[in-house]
Amino acid sequence: MHKQLIWLSLLLCTLHSACGLYFHISETERKCFIEEVPDETTVIVNYKVELYDPRSNGFMPSSPGIGMHVEVRDSDDKVILSRVYSSQGRISFTSHTPGEHVICMFSNSTAWFSGAQLRVHLDIQVGEHAIDYANVAQKEKLTELQLRIRQLLDQVEQITKEQNYQRYREERFRHTSESTNSRVLWWSLAQTVVLLCMGFWQMRHLKSFFEAKKLV
Amino acid sequence: MGVNLNVHTRKQKLRCGSSSKLAMLSLMLGVALLLQHGVGAVEFTFDLADNAEDCFYEQIKRNTSAYFEFQVSAGGQLDVDVVLKNPEGQVIYKLDRATFDSHQFVAETTGVYSACFSNQFSTFSHKIVYVDFQVGEEPALPGVDEHATVLTQMETSSQAIHKGLNDILDAQTHHRLRESQGRKRADELNQRVMVWSSLETAAIVFIGLAQILVLRNFFTDRKPSQAHYGRL
Repeated sequence: MHKQLIWLSLLLCTLHSACGLYFHISETERKCFIEEVPDETTVIVNYKVELYDPRSNGFMPSSPGIGMHVEVRDSDDKVILSRVYSSQGRISFTSHTPGEHVICMFSNSTAWFSGAQLRVHLDIQVGEHAIDYANVAQKEKLTELQLRIRQLLDQVEQITKEQNYQRYREERFRHTSESTNSRVLWWSLAQTVVLLCMGFWQMRHLKSFFEAKKLV
Repeated sequence: MGVNLNVHTRKQKLRCGSSSKLAMLSLMLGVALLLQHGVGAVEFTFDLADNAEDCFYEQIKRNTSAYFEFQVSAGGQLDVDVVLKNPEGQVIYKLDRATFDSHQFVAETTGVYSACFSNQFSTFSHKIVYVDFQVGEEPALPGVDEHATVLTQMETSSQAIHKGLNDILDAQTHHRLRESQGRKRADELNQRVMVWSSLETAAIVFIGLAQILVLRNFFTDRKPSQAHYGRL
């Protein structure tokens, strides 16, 4: 009974965290997530780390000793954010360049703990999903319908951004294809020239060689 | 949703009325479930290393519908093994070497459901996998969807627009991933063409020189004494 109660309270604490999805990593492991976002888009990451507790065979709901190092890189591999957070955190950043943003997390564990398992609850929200409408309604005193319209506007804005980004990516795609095309074209010309030169040189060389040997 | 859960707890209480332990457990479970925000929709893209298996877990309540979608956007043959398991460890969905699929299911028991992506068949190519895992319905707008009165036409149509826009966003995501599949392939092709053409140019020059040397050897070997005095 006692054990079950402990288990349940653990479950309760786990459930109380806002993030539903979780995964396991070892303490020294590094886990990266990629978010492909248009520019000027807000990304919110919520996480919570729990350390494996061998005594109860479960995960400790709060592990004050554990911190998380979070690193965010943009599409040009430039670090936008690199900081150590506690075992529970909320990170938000706004993209300035469109493209793939890589969010990497690893614990700041010392050798003392290495090898133990960590459970990481994670929630990533991008764009209009990241907006907290309860907050917006309270702050701006919007009526129900106004709030709904507000949400629709945010969605439309998100779609527009995404389409602009799509246009940009299509341009890059076309650029790559054109580059491939021109490389194939120029190389086939260059190859023909190389082959002709090679053949010409071979014939001349052999001819003079045979003449020298008095074979012809 | 909260009301339904209460009813559920009460039913359970009635059923196991004699056992106070079970009643307490179910009550606590009910409280725990009420405390939970209930819904979660998370989409992310992660890098699946070669020869690795990555699992993600999610607590799902009974009778909650869940939607699971994945798409491999880069790496190798764009394939991955996917397994969805229920809390008892039974496989509820399994697909081998798939690139894109979605699966909708209703949770039969409350518990932790797991989704595992395995790349164990591939020894050298790592994959980039997009995952969309939605549990339950989208959280209602505060104050908008909660009231009991009949919706006005304005509200109904705004809701319909909202649903439509959600569909558009989903479709855009899908196309974005397809485009990135194509783009990454094209980048790879570009790279390969570059490397291959340099290699082949080198090969032509090398073969040309080798041919001459071999031919010269053929004719010099017959008269070894002259080989060193040849003009060439």
